[in-house]
Amino acid sequence: MEASTYNYKVVRQFAITTIIWGIVGMLVGVYIASQLIWPQLSFNIPWLTYGRLRPLHTNAVIFAFGGSGLFAASYYIVQRTCQVRLYAQKLASFTFWGWQAVIVAAVITLPMGLTTTKEYAELEWPIDILITLVWVAYAIVFFGTIAKRKTKYIYVSNWFFGAYIITIALLHIVNNLEIPVTLFKSYSIYAGVQDAMVQWWYGHNAVGFFLTTAFLGMMYYFIPKQANRPIFSYRLSIVHFWSLNFIYMWAGPHHLQYTVLPDWVQSLGMVFSLMLLAPSWGGMMNGIMTLSGAWDKLRTDPILKFLVTSLAFYGMSTFEGPMMAIKTVNALSHYTEWTIGHVHSGALGWVAMITIGSMYYLIPRLFGREEMYSVKLITTHFWVATLGVVLYIAAMWIAGVTQGLMWRASNPDGTLTYAFAQVLNAMYPFYFIRLIGGLMFFSGMLIMAYNVWKTVSAGKVVEAEIPQAVYA
Amino acid sequence: MSDFVNEFWSFFVAGITAVSIIWIAWFVKGQTTRKLAPGQKAEVIEKAWDGNLQELNNPLPRWWLMLFYITILFAIVYLVLYPGMGSYKGLLGWSSRGQLQDEQAQATQKYGPLFDKYLKQDLKAVAANPEARETGKHLFLTYCSQCHGSDAGGAKGFPNLTDNDWLYGGDPETIKTTITNGRDGVMPAWGPVLGEQGVKEVANYVLSLSGRKHDATLAAAGKEKFVTICAACHMPDGKGMQALGAPNLTDNVWLYGGSEQSIIESITKGRNGHMPAQGEKLGEAKVHLLAAYVYSLSQGKP
Repeated sequence: MEASTYNYKVVRQFAITTIIWGIVGMLVGVYIASQLIWPQLSFNIPWLTYGRLRPLHTNAVIFAFGGSGLFAASYYIVQRTCQVRLYAQKLASFTFWGWQAVIVAAVITLPMGLTTTKEYAELEWPIDILITLVWVAYAIVFFGTIAKRKTKYIYVSNWFFGAYIITIALLHIVNNLEIPVTLFKSYSIYAGVQDAMVQWWYGHNAVGFFLTTAFLGMMYYFIPKQANRPIFSYRLSIVHFWSLNFIYMWAGPHHLQYTVLPDWVQSLGMVFSLMLLAPSWGGMMNGIMTLSGAWDKLRTDPILKFLVTSLAFYGMSTFEGPMMAIKTVNALSHYTEWTIGHVHSGALGWVAMITIGSMYYLIPRLFGREEMYSVKLITTHFWVATLGVVLYIAAMWIAGVTQGLMWRASNPDGTLTYAFAQVLNAMYPFYFIRLIGGLMFFSGMLIMAYNVWKTVSAGKVVEAEIPQAVYA
Repeated sequence: MSDFVNEFWSFFVAGITAVSIIWIAWFVKGQTTRKLAPGQKAEVIEKAWDGNLQELNNPLPRWWLMLFYITILFAIVYLVLYPGMGSYKGLLGWSSRGQLQDEQAQATQKYGPLFDKYLKQDLKAVAANPEARETGKHLFLTYCSQCHGSDAGGAKGFPNLTDNDWLYGGDPETIKTTITNGRDGVMPAWGPVLGEQGVKEVANYVLSLSGRKHDATLAAAGKEKFVTICAACHMPDGKGMQALGAPNLTDNVWLYGGSEQSIIESITKGRNGHMPAQGEKLGEAKVHLLAAYVYSLSQGKP
């Protein structure tokens, strides 16, 4: 007999872990931001040093917080827009427990100093294999659900999730081809500049497909739902989908401007990054214009505030990105705090805020409630988070440009004006402002956790009925 | 040197790049539909998902299309002017290596004479010149402060350059030699030879040399071992030997720490001090200024 309800259990599990890992990942972020001001905070314990905790922070916020959010959203959306229960329930459950096992393994091995040294791909080979298994299971569940859908057409969110699932599999496997020497040590099969290029082909597309394409899938569902308005342009969604995914693949070399990477590769990375601007903005426009006719809702609906503000940050960082890929700008911005500012305007402003907005939409529905326990607290969360991001990125922009200019400043005799330590000294006020911004964003997550706790404890576990009438 | 093992790969890369850019332009053009007439409203397309999810048939916004075309045009122009299409060098003949060489040549031309004028002068004369010292200071902060500290006060394993205690000699020419060729201060590990007790005895004798608190019995036992083993480099009186860079052990200046524990560690495991050679990297003129600056730091100090 065919299932009559959607599988909300796995969505619920991932939704809750999204919030838990968000808090953990951001706490580590706040801690290492403090270490940059007060290095003694590592207490001379190797496990607590910056070098080991920084990859834990990035892995926790990207793959644990962002990843759980994406699993929750994609499982929810694919079922409801295909009007069928998830394909392969046991595999779906495996993706949850498998993914949590990966995260726990990361939490243990990274502070131990076990690392492949590849940024955003630090986890050692046994964990890489587990990730691959989970990801293949994810693909089977997702595409299996699409295959048995009742609706005739595939909804736009699902194109984006599909692209992300396929591409992340490809990126993960190619970049992590490595030769194990012991249980916890392996060497990449690539060497020298090829290794660097493969790494940044991976690194940039992790940003492209994990942090952009996938979250656009989230955006394409929750914005029209929450605004109760049709999507602005079907055609725009097609054009920016294909152009975004096609062009992103070329942009990686901009991470290696002015290095030993051959000039022609650097040039391609730069021009394709510039051509990425319009496709990136296509998604922002399609989301924001969806609100036309419903702008007034922004005043009262804090969930919509989160969703739309995230698009504003998305637009800002996808403009900034291509600019930073230009060699002349890169010569100033590279290796400075500007990069950190850029990443966080994307990571906090776009990824975290769209996820938070989506979770506020999802959680009451998963626990049989009309809305969150307190809508007012969502508004509070919104303002604390927004101000936090603004403080964070403004501080890092100023710090980065200052740093870049101080590094290149020279005296009339051609010697450098500032020693490295002097430049570092100039960074402290900005590090402090950044810490405050980060703390604000983190406290927003605590407000959310309280609100979710109250909502969930007063709610009950529900399984939604699958409507019989198939939408044309 | 070409980046390609043969011509095929150059054409292959250039071909894929060209086809890709043309495809992007063609695709965007092909998806461009007529603008809505004034007053005309976009219509909802007859499809729906999950109750109320629908899409409008708005055409691609014109300003967005313009933006897209401008970036495509920029890409084409850039790839004509600069390297990017396989092994094609670009009309401007620019390369990052060439840019670096140009900038270095310009810098040498502009700043070279400023440095060269000091090269002709005696190091002591340069050290007495405040302007030269200022330049030397900036060079020091750029190239030396990472190990010796911004104030040249040193750190564990990195000598203090502001006192008059020199491992290899503190006259200006020796300092210049040190900077030019680097130094390797190697002390062998004596733990296996002396044994734990032996090391402790020698350490206490070393402590006694500079008048530090020590165990007299142990020190007395260590003296004989010191004379047989350590005196070869540190000399029988413990005053060291600058030819080898063997530190003076009687002056209470300690490169790796003067506690009993640190000394025991030094004797047991040995030490490997390494100062990299700067001559080839910086050129003689800058080394000359650095030597004068470092020399000036300890003048008038005890």
